[in-house]
Amino acid sequence: MTQDSILQVKGLGMQFGGIRALHQVSFEVSRHSITALIGPNGAGKTTVFNCLTGFYRATQGQIKLQTRQQTTDVVQILGEPFQWGDFIRPRQFGSRLFYKLFGGVHRVNQAGLARTFQNIRLFREMSVVENLLVAQHRQLNRNLLAGVFNTPAFRHSEREALERAFYWLEQVDLLASANRLAGELSYGQQRRLEIARAMCTQPELLCLDEPAAGLNPAETEALSQMIQTLRRQHALSILLIEHDMGLVMNTSDHIIVLDQGQVIAEGTPEVIRNHPDVITAYLGTEEDFL
Amino acid sequence: MDGIFLQQLVNGLTLGAVYGLIAIGYTMVYGVIGMINFAHGEVYMISAYLCAISLAVLGFFGLDSFPLLMLFTLVFTLTVTGVYGWVIERIAYRPLRHSTRLAPLISAIGISLILQNYVQLSQGARQQGVPTLLEGAFRFSIGDDFLQISYTKIFILLAAFVGMAVLTYIIQYTRLGRMCRATQQDRKMAQILGINTDRVISLVFVIGATMAALAGVLITLNYGTFDFYAGFIIGVKAFTAAVLGGIGSLPGAMLGGLILGLSEAQFSSMVNTDYKDVFSFSLLVLILIFRPQGLLGRPQVVKV
Amino acid sequence: MKALLMRYWPYWSGPVRDAGFAGLMALILFGPVVGVVLKGYDFELHPSRVALLVGIVILGRLLLSLALQTARGKVWLQRFELGRDQGVQVVPAHQKSLWRWVLPLIILAALILPFYANKYLLTVVILGLIYVLLGLGLNIVVGLAGLLDLGYVAFYAIGAYGLALGYEHLGLGFWTMLPLAAVLAAVAGAILGFPVLRMHGDYLAIVTLGFGEIIRLVLNNWLSFTGGPNGLSAPSPTLLGLEFGRRAKDGGTPFHEFFGLTYDPNYKFIFIYLVLLLVVLLVLYVKQRLVRMPIGRAWEALREDEIACRSMGLNHVLVKLSAFMLGASTAGLAGVFFATYQGFVNPTSFTFFESALILAIVVLGGMGSTLGVVIAAFVLTVAPELLRSFADYRVLLFGVLMVLMMIWRPRGLIRVSRRGVVPPVAQGAA
Repeated sequence: MTQDSILQVKGLGMQFGGIRALHQVSFEVSRHSITALIGPNGAGKTTVFNCLTGFYRATQGQIKLQTRQQTTDVVQILGEPFQWGDFIRPRQFGSRLFYKLFGGVHRVNQAGLARTFQNIRLFREMSVVENLLVAQHRQLNRNLLAGVFNTPAFRHSEREALERAFYWLEQVDLLASANRLAGELSYGQQRRLEIARAMCTQPELLCLDEPAAGLNPAETEALSQMIQTLRRQHALSILLIEHDMGLVMNTSDHIIVLDQGQVIAEGTPEVIRNHPDVITAYLGTEEDFL
Repeated sequence: MDGIFLQQLVNGLTLGAVYGLIAIGYTMVYGVIGMINFAHGEVYMISAYLCAISLAVLGFFGLDSFPLLMLFTLVFTLTVTGVYGWVIERIAYRPLRHSTRLAPLISAIGISLILQNYVQLSQGARQQGVPTLLEGAFRFSIGDDFLQISYTKIFILLAAFVGMAVLTYIIQYTRLGRMCRATQQDRKMAQILGINTDRVISLVFVIGATMAALAGVLITLNYGTFDFYAGFIIGVKAFTAAVLGGIGSLPGAMLGGLILGLSEAQFSSMVNTDYKDVFSFSLLVLILIFRPQGLLGRPQVVKV
Repeated sequence: MKALLMRYWPYWSGPVRDAGFAGLMALILFGPVVGVVLKGYDFELHPSRVALLVGIVILGRLLLSLALQTARGKVWLQRFELGRDQGVQVVPAHQKSLWRWVLPLIILAALILPFYANKYLLTVVILGLIYVLLGLGLNIVVGLAGLLDLGYVAFYAIGAYGLALGYEHLGLGFWTMLPLAAVLAAVAGAILGFPVLRMHGDYLAIVTLGFGEIIRLVLNNWLSFTGGPNGLSAPSPTLLGLEFGRRAKDGGTPFHEFFGLTYDPNYKFIFIYLVLLLVVLLVLYVKQRLVRMPIGRAWEALREDEIACRSMGLNHVLVKLSAFMLGASTAGLAGVFFATYQGFVNPTSFTFFESALILAIVVLGGMGSTLGVVIAAFVLTVAPELLRSFADYRVLLFGVLMVLMMIWRPRGLIRVSRRGVVPPVAQGAA
């Protein structure tokens, strides 16, 4: 285990009924890197993502986040089922019960991991700014009385939130659309807004699920620039799933290739480009052509 | 084992069979559109009225052979109730397919209110009833107690069983059933494969309504009385049965119905009759907490 | 005439066929239930009622089909099928609302009203205000958080019975029970909500539906505690210990003697009205604030997309629970007012129809719109009072209203407007 990895995945396995979606997936994401997760359709990329971000509870393996100066066990904070041993160890029982009651996906985000979605999930009937304000929920003054009486502390907190929201709008070039409904934006704008929204939760690791899907070449190029700027200016680590090989090869430092629920190769873009297994996975072996 | 226990076992079994029939409507509709049909209890209530109306009209023409009475009543009630099911879907669900998640639920509540009030206005608020058609019972003596199984109960069990068997056959082995199952699995994909999913959804509402109608006829025969408010509590209970068995699962609905009927009958005899509805409802909450997927259902996987 | 009809037959044929089909369906639906009325084991025929209903359906369908064939109808249909009519808009940040002038006038009028109104009008308006309170509470739950609560009346009952029971067993008065009932209802909401709110949204609807019915059953059956169907008496409010009766109960001074006024039974209602008005204004204010606070935004975001919300660190169960509890406590408040206004409570005031009425208020008024809810509450409660002959058709009307509103305008009659913001930098400069 290197000291400088922000995410460690070990022996990850996921089973849906009788289907084995993932098997013994292990990899690491190093801090301040851009790591890409690629593979043919149905390789299990999105399943890996959903396990990492907590939407699926992995059936096997460990996911450890090294963020905010501590280690977070993603599987644990989702709320594991009780085991017989828990009933004689009150402390462990207590922790299990706590995470069963209050654990879940939101804790993964609170630990410093934010994500976007393959099919965009914005709050369509709220304004663009409001989308960004919701994302800052955890950092705001949530005292009910302060809000009802509109105290100076509350106003200050709201003002800061607005400033942050406008900062991110500027970063993703959406300042002009601040007061439009999120559902009215164009596809490319929605993608950018989703990234801004994820950034508003102040993550250390940003997971992008096919951010370039549906974008034209110019937009993809801009996105590539934006991802690199994000990493440079905000001490961010980025993990992305992407089919656009141009984007992947140009931006990422490290590439992990997934096929049929297993990691078949990993390394720098150079290594991956020439890796025989990867070529086989994408293009099929020569026997397939016969 | 004492007589009361056995007697309640028989009562519970008949009640449970009927709950199961109504639960089918909830579970199938939930299966294809992922929504609860709130008007389903009212469909059952309507069918009770239709059954009584049919019996009264047939009685007027002097028909008194039980098999013929049942045949005509069932055909009439099932058909008309089926049309009710179809119209409900057409009015309250289909126009709202692209609307917000809450809209169909609220419109279904609206339909439910309309049906209740419409029956109350046209038929009056008083309790209605049907005469006992099938008199007599098997009697067994167990120790000091009597166990009594009326012919009506046996008829109910038989009819419910036949109804479920026919439905299972349709769903498992016919083209229609395959279309239903395909739509349930993946509506978009089914559509791409050329299945008219709108028609399948309509069909599912009709099937659910006819099953509820069968239940309505059977319960009316057994208890003899009903009113315009009868659909409400039975609807909640049948829904409990559907959740207990695993919503979306057809055998689950039947199993859930039986378990609910049996446990409710035992609860009323051992603890308290006044609170038997409270019991069923508490059961619903407990299932939701500890096993939301029900007995035979599969855990839900969120699609992200 | 005939030639004209034939010439435009292509335009007529569709609608006529539709209308014929609808008529057939109506005949099957209405024929038995409306046409054959049970009388014991016998029956009566009412063919004219069926004919009327079928006629209405045929005509209605014909007109609808024809209307949809026109250019405007087609546009409407298309918009409808895309599901794009959202009825939401963002208003510019600096737009001055007319409300700053209208609101004080309305409040002033509301304050003067009781001194010029007769008792009947006063009681009707009090009832209307109680429903405004209920509508506002349910609007938080259904409109803002998108949770369908069908047993809302249960929390209302908790408030009302809270006052009656607290008075009978613990000797607590109106003023103690007012906040206590809000807390009690909120706790009940938390106990019910916590396990259920983590499920798929529809489960909440049916569980609350069951809960409402259970509360009513318990109130009805637990004779020794709740008085069963006969109910309990509830105390009148007091002003700083002064009672509003003709004579004070245990040697105190009644209100009218203390101020040297002649006795008037209206004083009690005037007082209830004023306190209620104050509470309604307070709740209105709090609600206005809530939608501008993080929690209010979180509710709406959750309504829009739960998964996205969770991925941004919001605990969806707790966020929903807060809406559910706040809604419940508002109903608890309304319950206390209802009990003290009526002087007694019994289970008939807390049926499912009551829940349906409150839901109809929210649906008509618009999900999330405050003004709409206030107007809808008055329309739906006061109008039936004034049109007594329609009382029988009230529930039918609510049902039709819900279905039509969902099809035509799921967001309610009034457009929901979201407040725009100005960039903070520009704000500083200005």
